[in-house]
Amino acid sequence: MELKEKLVSSFLAFENTVDIDAPVHDIRSQAIKVFEEKGFPTKKEEAWKYTSLNTILKHDYSVFPKEENALEFKDVKKYFLHDLDTYKIVFIDGIYSSHLSETTHDKIDVCLMSSALTKDKYKPLIDNYFNKIARQDGLSSLNTAFSKEGAYIYIPKNKLADKPIQIIHFSTGKESSLLLQPRNLIIVEENSHVQIIERHQSLTENPVLTNSVTEIFADKRAVVDYYKIQNDNQNASLIDNTYIEQQAQSLASVHTFAFGGNLTRNNLNFFQKGEGIDSVLNGITIIEGKQHVDHNTLVHHTAPNCESHQDYKGIFDEKATGVFNGKIIVNKEAQKTNAFQSNNNILLSDKATINSKPQLEIFADDVKCSHGCTIGQLDENALFYMRTRGIGEKEARALMMYAFANNVLESVKIPQLKSRINKLIANKLNVDIGFDL
Amino acid sequence: MLEIKDLHASVEEKEILKGLSLNVKAGEVHAIMGPNGSGKSTLANIVAGKEDYEVTKGEILLNGEDMEELAAEERAHKGVFLSFQYPVEIPGVTVTNFMKTAINETRKAQGLEEMPAKDMLKKIREKSELLEIDRKFLSRSLNEGFSGGEKKRNEIFQMAMMEPKLAILDETDSGLDIDALRIVANGVNKLKGGDNAIVVITHYQRLLEYIVPDFVHVLYDGKIVKSGTKELALELEEKGYDWIKEEINA
Repeated sequence: MELKEKLVSSFLAFENTVDIDAPVHDIRSQAIKVFEEKGFPTKKEEAWKYTSLNTILKHDYSVFPKEENALEFKDVKKYFLHDLDTYKIVFIDGIYSSHLSETTHDKIDVCLMSSALTKDKYKPLIDNYFNKIARQDGLSSLNTAFSKEGAYIYIPKNKLADKPIQIIHFSTGKESSLLLQPRNLIIVEENSHVQIIERHQSLTENPVLTNSVTEIFADKRAVVDYYKIQNDNQNASLIDNTYIEQQAQSLASVHTFAFGGNLTRNNLNFFQKGEGIDSVLNGITIIEGKQHVDHNTLVHHTAPNCESHQDYKGIFDEKATGVFNGKIIVNKEAQKTNAFQSNNNILLSDKATINSKPQLEIFADDVKCSHGCTIGQLDENALFYMRTRGIGEKEARALMMYAFANNVLESVKIPQLKSRINKLIANKLNVDIGFDL
Repeated sequence: MLEIKDLHASVEEKEILKGLSLNVKAGEVHAIMGPNGSGKSTLANIVAGKEDYEVTKGEILLNGEDMEELAAEERAHKGVFLSFQYPVEIPGVTVTNFMKTAINETRKAQGLEEMPAKDMLKKIREKSELLEIDRKFLSRSLNEGFSGGEKKRNEIFQMAMMEPKLAILDETDSGLDIDALRIVANGVNKLKGGDNAIVVITHYQRLLEYIVPDFVHVLYDGKIVKSGTKELALELEEKGYDWIKEEINA
């Protein structure tokens, strides 16, 4: 049976596990119909021209994990930012692990989507926010239909989340192949701040496909910092659908560190709904082998005096393939918009590929929009120059790549995270020098 | 220190050095002069280990050791330094971080511990003062947006940091005004000592007023055709190169 049919027929079984009187029941039922109609995207669609899901959809994924699996903290400690005090929402094979988590209801809610979707006290917020900005396409609808678990974060007005929040999804490989569909909802009210770090980690070589949906609402003057660490093993694929709605004068930034996995697709969407908004989309991609990373971004400017800044750097080795498709829409009303986009790439091998495509749809006449895309190799003269100063070839290459990615790293606001990313990059580049850029 | 014996080198089948010999002893300053296209920069690049050239004959010895098989960084570890005619811009790497990496990688290769941060900062401060380099400069990306003169001064700053055994200055005087020239020359003269050597490649005699050579060589058509003392540089300045060409062709 094809995965699509399997999923559609699993929906009934899924409904038996959730409360069908819950307010989201109608949303789920509607969503499965949309998925049934639209299915998975194919390369025929413009937005999926360079990314084919065919091979990863061939596995016979388990849709529901059969049992609860446990992990010892010491075995997975390295995937946490453990030198930093954080809240943690941890899932093992899609099931919440209270053992590894640290949640709170003190002034702010850092807890589970399964509670938010079922408990009465969350109903007004769920009514207001759940599935309000996720696109009604096949993949997001599929996630909505099976939405049950994930992270629920609510920061009420004038509150500072007192520490960063880590959301980590482990898959144990107990299932021969597993489909995960986490659903996150993050609501940050007026003047409130939150920092979130998200990671997906497969612990074995068994195939995992994650189709994740995250909806983020940043109210007036809210500040949201979201960091995605994508450094998974080579049989783990990720489709990340993130939707962010921003109200006036809010600042939302998403950093995506795509360092590995089999196929990674980031659908990152910013919807600006007021004036004086700043949206930041930064990414570093470093991949090799046959890895594939596709960044598909959308920034929709609808009101005057807003900004958006996109800076994506990519380093591709061996037969790795990358895609950057960045779309900026500036409505007629959105005068004085400043929208910047840059996508710079280094190809280290003749067989590596990058497809970079900016798409600007500008209907206002008084705006500053710029986009730039470069694709190049490492400068041989610069390498020789560094080598004459005693820096070995490998280290010189690494230093240049660091330098290339550096301005994206600079904007990481959590020092421990920055040094972790630094280490991940050093590992990727196979060097052991404490570059402190 | 540096012994070059009958060096023939070509790039893309074109022979550029055609039997060059040079012997530089510790404690000496040599100037290599010559018209454009005579092979001066090629010589500098080959000694520093650039791989684009093919050495077809002859050898380069550093303290008696054949350098042919050594990579550029290995030569640097043995004390070879090239001040570039056109220093390369490296965006995203600050002058300070570049120097820290260069010095510590070199120390690592020499079997030494990394230099303690405090000592490193002290050294950077000393040497930047010597070259009259503004502190702000040190946190800028290497050579990016530097003027020609700033780049050259930065090269000599790097040299002062690395304290090489053999320093080759490739047209370090070009693009320098007279004040900068004095500063750079002062930096070079500070390095001079009994156990290291300096090779100055230049078009003009001007720099040699400040960095006084023990020997002056004329490089022409891939060979050293005339050697002398500092008076030879003055003569070249006065009479140009034509008389040398005539002498050779005669």
